[in-house]
Amino acid sequence: MSPDARAVWRKPPFIEAAWLRWLIGAGVALYLAAALGSVELNWTRLAAGLPRGWRFVSSFFTPDFLSRGDEIIEGLTESIAMTVTSTVLGIGLAIPVGLGAARNLSSRPVYLICRAVIATSRTLQELIVAIFFVKMFGFGPFAGMLTLTVSSIGFIAKLIAERIEAVDKGPLDAIRATGASWLQWVNYAIQPQVMPRLVGLSLYRLDINFRESAVLGIVGAGGIGATLNTALDRYEYSTAAAILLSIILIVLTAEYVSGLIRERLR
Amino acid sequence: MIPIWRRRTTGAQWAIWAGWLLGALVFVQCGRFISDATLWDFVWDAPAQAGDMLGRMVPPRWSYAPAIVKPLWDTINIATLGTILAILLATPVAFLAARNTSPHALILRPLALGVIAVSRSINTLIWALLLVTIVGPGVLAGILAVALHSIGFFGKLLYEAIEEIDPTQVAAITATGAGRAQVLAYGVVPQVMPTFAGVSVYRWDINIRESAVLGIVGAGGIGLQLNASVSQLAWPQVTLILIAILGAVVVSEWVSAKVRAAIV
Repeated sequence: MSPDARAVWRKPPFIEAAWLRWLIGAGVALYLAAALGSVELNWTRLAAGLPRGWRFVSSFFTPDFLSRGDEIIEGLTESIAMTVTSTVLGIGLAIPVGLGAARNLSSRPVYLICRAVIATSRTLQELIVAIFFVKMFGFGPFAGMLTLTVSSIGFIAKLIAERIEAVDKGPLDAIRATGASWLQWVNYAIQPQVMPRLVGLSLYRLDINFRESAVLGIVGAGGIGATLNTALDRYEYSTAAAILLSIILIVLTAEYVSGLIRERLR
Repeated sequence: MIPIWRRRTTGAQWAIWAGWLLGALVFVQCGRFISDATLWDFVWDAPAQAGDMLGRMVPPRWSYAPAIVKPLWDTINIATLGTILAILLATPVAFLAARNTSPHALILRPLALGVIAVSRSINTLIWALLLVTIVGPGVLAGILAVALHSIGFFGKLLYEAIEEIDPTQVAAITATGAGRAQVLAYGVVPQVMPTFAGVSVYRWDINIRESAVLGIVGAGGIGLQLNASVSQLAWPQVTLILIAILGAVVVSEWVSAKVRAAIV
């Protein structure tokens, strides 16, 4: 309590020590100055770009689905095909990895190997992986599908392993007491507890994979991204707007449907 | 005659089988589509290609290191400045989108939700593609791209946090006769502050990863060097750049995990 009880109450500061507060403040200011200073601004280029930007924004009101309709449909189909196959393969491969990466199920060496697989697949950005797969497997959706499969494995396996580590111990002991084999044990004690989470994650990943499939085309790994890239290179903003609107529409529909499914599972 | 216990009725069992059949058909069809678009000769050749590439990638060309210091600095700046810009833009959007703080439920709220949906549906790289044609190649396009995509992420998580706050505290502040802004500042903000800080650091971490590849489409950062080295087939340089990116990603993930652990 302050000596003067009538003093006006003031919000306590976020950081208690005054010197630390000033130090952090000064550090942030210094960094911002350095960072902003290294951003090169080309005002003539910006001025030239503004009308173009405006043209792009206004083209959203006049999207052109028709003049390159075939290419858009082809690209979207390819994206969807990549999404579906890579999600299915990703789930299939993520389940064993996830089981191996759960501390309460697997032995130490298996655990370490599975965790290493997860870490590798998660640290590399999809586009970088795609560049390498394109070099190895050639241009086209096959490289894209592999890229998405690899990143799906890390994502699903990590989260499913965390869920397995948090399961209720009761059923585990009960099933083991019946003399069940390891596979039966996993199937009857763990699978029912983990299933809702797995389904939710898979739907979520389906969503992410579609979004990602839209950019892999930039490096030649198939999908709608290539079409979009071409449209922007030619400054065909109406076509680009049409592609973007289709992507947004598909993403929102998928999100809505997966929301409904997850609601029913709960 | 006592019927044997079954988990499902015959009809339900058939419906489930039909669902699996449909799913399998879709999967096979998608697989065929991809297979038709693939040159299988290239795929069979892949192990040889991979071996050849790996052979060329080691050892990394360490003498190239000075050339990637500036791009790495740019990459970190794109992520950091983009995140800051996104925070500034997303906070008002989140307050407009949350059911309990939105000033106008019929017009402003759907509008804010629309902004969030559009921003989220379009990947950072696509934003970058657009912005490069508009503001020109460079760091600025990268910062704006990161910010525009992060608005949706922030906005969504933040408005959900705002909707889940404890209403009694808001009621208590309101009962003191506080104005609208004061209720927000003292009743709502303190409750969402931990989520807000956690999400910010988490997004920054993701953005470091994203900004490492923005250069591929010309939006600044180390991706530019990566793309150039790959197209020149300068594999030892590619290795070095990958090491730099991995280092940045690991460090940022570590920082983000530490900060989040400290907050929660």
